[in-house]
Amino acid sequence: MAQDNYVLEMQGIGKLYAGNRVLRDVNLRLKPGEIHAVLGENGAGKSTFMNILFGMSVIHSTGGFEGSISINGQEVSITSPYDAMNLGIGMVHQEFMLIPGFTITENIKVNREITRPNIASRLFGPKLESLDMEAMNNDARKALDTVGLNIEEWTKIAGMPVGLMQFVEIAREIDKANMKIIVFDEPTAVLAESEADTLLKAMQAIAQAGIAILFITHRLDEVMAIADNITVLRDGALVKTLPKTETNTFELAELMVGRKVEKIVQTSDLQVKTDIALSVRGLKVLMPGEVVQKVDLDVFAGEILGIGGLGGQGKLGIANGIMGMHPAAGQVSVFGTRLQLNDTKAAYNAGLAFVSEDRRGVGLLLDSSIEANIAFTAMQMRNRFLYRLGPFTHMAYGQIRRHALEKIKELDIRCTGPMQLTRRLSGGNQQKVCIARALALNPKILFVSEPTRGIDVGAKKIVLEELVRLNRELGMTIVMTSSELAELRSICHRIAIICNGNVEGILAPDDSDVDFGLMMAGTYHKLRGREVV
Amino acid sequence: MQVEIKQKPVAIVHPPASKRARLRAFLFDNMVVLLFVLLSAVGVWLSELPLGFVAMDLVSRIARNGFLILALLIPVMAGLGLNFAIVLGAMATQIAVIAVMHFGIGGLPGVLLTVILATPMAILFGILIGRLLNKTRGQEMITSMMAGFFANGLYMLLLMVMVGTVIPLENPKLMLPHGIGILSTVDLAIIRQAVDNIHIMTFAGFMALVAALLGIIGLWTHWRQRGTRRPGGLRAAYFAGGAILAGLSSLLTRSPDSSFAMVSVPLVTFAIIGLGCAFVGFISTTKLGQDFRTVGQDQHVAKVSGIDVDRTRLVAMIISTVMASWGHVLLLSNFGNLSTYGSHESVGVFSIAALLIGGATVTKATVGQALTGLILFHTLFLVSPMAGRNLLGDAQLGEFFRAFVAYGVIAAALAMYAWKRTYAARKQLNS
Amino acid sequence: MGNIWKNIVSNLGFARLIIIGFLFVLVLGAAYFAIPLGPLLSAALVRTGMNGIFVLAMLPTINSGIGPNFGLPLGILCGLVGALLSIELDMRGMPALLFAIAVSIPMATIVGLGYGWLLNKVKGSEMMVSTYVGFSFVSLMNIGWIIMPFASPEMRWPIGRGLRVTIALEERFASVLDHLWDFNVAGVVIPTGLLLAFLLMCLLMWFFMRSKTGIAMLAVGDSKNFAQASGLNVDRNRLLGTTMSTVLGAIGIVVFSQSFAFIQLYEAPMTMGFPAAAAILIGGATVKRANIVNVILGAFLFQSLLVVSLPVANKIITVGGVAEIARIIVSNGIILYALTQVGRGD
Repeated sequence: MAQDNYVLEMQGIGKLYAGNRVLRDVNLRLKPGEIHAVLGENGAGKSTFMNILFGMSVIHSTGGFEGSISINGQEVSITSPYDAMNLGIGMVHQEFMLIPGFTITENIKVNREITRPNIASRLFGPKLESLDMEAMNNDARKALDTVGLNIEEWTKIAGMPVGLMQFVEIAREIDKANMKIIVFDEPTAVLAESEADTLLKAMQAIAQAGIAILFITHRLDEVMAIADNITVLRDGALVKTLPKTETNTFELAELMVGRKVEKIVQTSDLQVKTDIALSVRGLKVLMPGEVVQKVDLDVFAGEILGIGGLGGQGKLGIANGIMGMHPAAGQVSVFGTRLQLNDTKAAYNAGLAFVSEDRRGVGLLLDSSIEANIAFTAMQMRNRFLYRLGPFTHMAYGQIRRHALEKIKELDIRCTGPMQLTRRLSGGNQQKVCIARALALNPKILFVSEPTRGIDVGAKKIVLEELVRLNRELGMTIVMTSSELAELRSICHRIAIICNGNVEGILAPDDSDVDFGLMMAGTYHKLRGREVV
Repeated sequence: MQVEIKQKPVAIVHPPASKRARLRAFLFDNMVVLLFVLLSAVGVWLSELPLGFVAMDLVSRIARNGFLILALLIPVMAGLGLNFAIVLGAMATQIAVIAVMHFGIGGLPGVLLTVILATPMAILFGILIGRLLNKTRGQEMITSMMAGFFANGLYMLLLMVMVGTVIPLENPKLMLPHGIGILSTVDLAIIRQAVDNIHIMTFAGFMALVAALLGIIGLWTHWRQRGTRRPGGLRAAYFAGGAILAGLSSLLTRSPDSSFAMVSVPLVTFAIIGLGCAFVGFISTTKLGQDFRTVGQDQHVAKVSGIDVDRTRLVAMIISTVMASWGHVLLLSNFGNLSTYGSHESVGVFSIAALLIGGATVTKATVGQALTGLILFHTLFLVSPMAGRNLLGDAQLGEFFRAFVAYGVIAAALAMYAWKRTYAARKQLNS
Repeated sequence: MGNIWKNIVSNLGFARLIIIGFLFVLVLGAAYFAIPLGPLLSAALVRTGMNGIFVLAMLPTINSGIGPNFGLPLGILCGLVGALLSIELDMRGMPALLFAIAVSIPMATIVGLGYGWLLNKVKGSEMMVSTYVGFSFVSLMNIGWIIMPFASPEMRWPIGRGLRVTIALEERFASVLDHLWDFNVAGVVIPTGLLLAFLLMCLLMWFFMRSKTGIAMLAVGDSKNFAQASGLNVDRNRLLGTTMSTVLGAIGIVVFSQSFAFIQLYEAPMTMGFPAAAAILIGGATVKRANIVNVILGAFLFQSLLVVSLPVANKIITVGGVAEIARIIVSNGIILYALTQVGRGD
């Protein structure tokens, strides 16, 4: 008979981004003092879900959201982070909302400064009230003491270690009056293990004081350590909400990952290869957000190797590092010959090519034609499509046109013609142009990153089939990096899972969902205790 | 709200740096100022001008430009960089002063009327430039520079073509013989030095006053910080040092035989500049000032925290333009003569160069740096011709040198700012 | 009909339409006031050829991602030194012109490389830095004009030190290009040599833009990331763009001076970058992308505007300096407009 008192109820939450459904009918309920974990792969919708709760403009400037949010039983409308704050919702962001040039006090009190009236403010308005630095410093001191930081509150943020910055973020949220809910977005992602432990204890203390906590993570052991309830999202939908006491790491791993896998190729097609096309030892790449710590990998000639893993774990860094897009160190050999790192031109000369995950930013000249895009890299790196007279060169427009027309037909690029600007093409067709550009180099090894990101289902299939065709008919070695485990499992011979910048393990497409889930969460070895390479 | 988190406290302790390290840091941080102190000193020595003469010219230059340079401070605080468009404020003043000359109102009332007429125009110009800058985020400085040039064209159109035609005005004393357009020089004799002449002090007397004021402020700063947790730093020491310097210079120049005897300091003008400094200082301690700084540091965080970023930047530009227009009133009234199509042109470049010489950067500028730069820049400016003549045999060379210094300092500051921006981004990636 | 109009407006941009409209009105006004159009057209052609190479100099920097080269004075100063050298060596006529150009090219190349190195370090603030570096160097050269050991009495002040502010070229190479193969048709004098020189440089640039290196430069200006991903060296291509621009500036001032019939030293070069930038923008370029048509069209439109406005304005009101005001408003206005368009489409 007793009515459960929920501090937060989110019902029927959905979000459509320009025709792409990112969230569908998700429900979540939170009691005061509860710690609720939100689990999911990339693209599961976790960040969008939190952005909706926190009123971020990226939601409202793209058509708002479906569903309703209630705080303490009252339906509310949240259209800005400021609204969220006034309703008692705080957020510790993944990318800190801290100002390096300001002191801790100033950061804690951004736009909530304590002021005193003076003559000018009485005449000209409240904006001219004097700042009461002493009172603000005292409040900041209290907040810092509460999170256990013994730093002077007038210290500037710049130069502070990342772990401490996180605590300042927390201090800022705690300092706000009437906090009912604090959202933590991947809070331990940037922390060392000891710092992470401290943070988890801090979260428990906050919850004990009656503040509900929503935390987004992929670290299953953390979830099992402190969460009361767990919600698993997958592909924008709610898979299950269950109390921690009724589940375990394996089940969570399976829920996160499992789905029907549509096989494009039959495993009987696969032959075991023994030549090593690409050998990687001790690869370290400084790609912001996708740091590679130490990767050891062998790619066999003629295979399609998949590289998977959760976002931010480093999988995208591998191809980018080898191709020289980001600073890299380590030893890489192509068919036995050592490759010079940090040199894109050398990578091309060694027979490598790549299709970047950032189609629009890196993969295309949006305001140039399809034919110009396709011909570009081959022209610059292999001197194709050029007339030469001594030191002078001139573009061979005829050759470029003919080549483009060929590729348009081969890859079924839907366009009004080879002169059309690539900006006007759909995602899938843009991707095909990128692939065509890489193929014009006749590479021995092709890196493809996120080949079907943002592409509709029909075009996805075509792109994947094309990759299989290149592999089967031309014997091309392909290294495919993707966040979508399903597509990796559907066309790859082997799949390497990257976690924390290392290769957690290599699996066959047929291996169990649980294994995949555990590897992606980084707890495979802890639980399975065996080496799989 | 009580939250108890039990854990080992984390401390960050900064070990006190050695004396030598502190000295080296001091020299490095203040490199530019020290360089120009040296340069100015050498220039004064080379020019062989008597110190009193230098002081006299310097005093009137500071009286003219002191308030103007303060107009640059708030846009820097708000992240808008160096405001090359303060020339808009100057233009508002010039239009107003021409009107006042037309009505023939002189003396202090004339000056006050100029201010009253110029201010609404300056506010309007500030709104326009502010909105323009909000449209060109990330390119504010080049935009304000081009806006200044563009506005100059409109200003010339107004005064050269529209006065006498579209604007029916007949005043043979102000206008060209054909009856169209304002003369290229307008005599401002009737308001000349109206503000200056309210009260004139001797150099020694003024310095004594300054010493007393700085002493009082220093003591007050020191007293206020006694109760707080935070160590006050060198602030009180700077004021005390300044007071001692001022006091010494007062004593040294007391004698009627000294070349400083002919120096006359317009007290009210300097008081107005002092009020300007106090105003900027006051704004820094208010919520508005904190908003400026927050927006200047990080527009995204400011926006997410609920600050109206566009409006804050707009207010900064309005204040800057109005201050520039008031400063220009002081300039014109001290000078006594208006070059209709020229007086405003170098206002931006010289004020900015002076500010930078005082040690300011594109992202940080204080009142102290403005005043220091003012003194150093104008000293260098006025001794360059004579120094050039004595050193190289040609006064022209001295003039060219000072123009080179002004442009060069700005080019260097802009380059440093841009380099730091790309360097900081790269550093962030590598860490 | 409305759709066509909307297309034109969105393609050309608001400000450009105003300028084209303004020119149209002025031409009508000239006809109305019975001002003979022949001499006006001749003057417009001469001024187009005279200033055209400066406008062309904006193209390499815009296309390599640096924006309009407000630091054009650096190249101009090199060209001036070349011209002065030709007079010092007592050369005349076409050989003097060609010598001036030949000598200033290596100077401009070295200066351009240094200047380009600086611009590579200040990515994102190129326009501001180039403006003030240009101003500083002109001021520095002012000192140079005084202390440089030129001996020719034609160039020096009769008493005192240093070179004069303006040096007449009548005896030297004034109008050698203008009068080369010129002819008269229907009251319009076509300065063939001058226009050929301008168009030749445009043609060379056009070929360059279609070569492997030119395409690489365009890509660097369009998307640094794409260019890097294709194995290109972003900094080197930007350096190429700056150096080309500086060399064109040097060649440009020699051609300009022969047409103007005077060499102008001291303050004159300081603001020569701005009208050139304005012209290319009027011709349809943006701060990030320009082509040869923008150069030729822009140079012609801008100069025509200036040429026609003076006599027409004089007929309406007798005010001296109206053309100057129009130039200031138009050239700075179009640059300002272009700056507000930068954020779009990123």
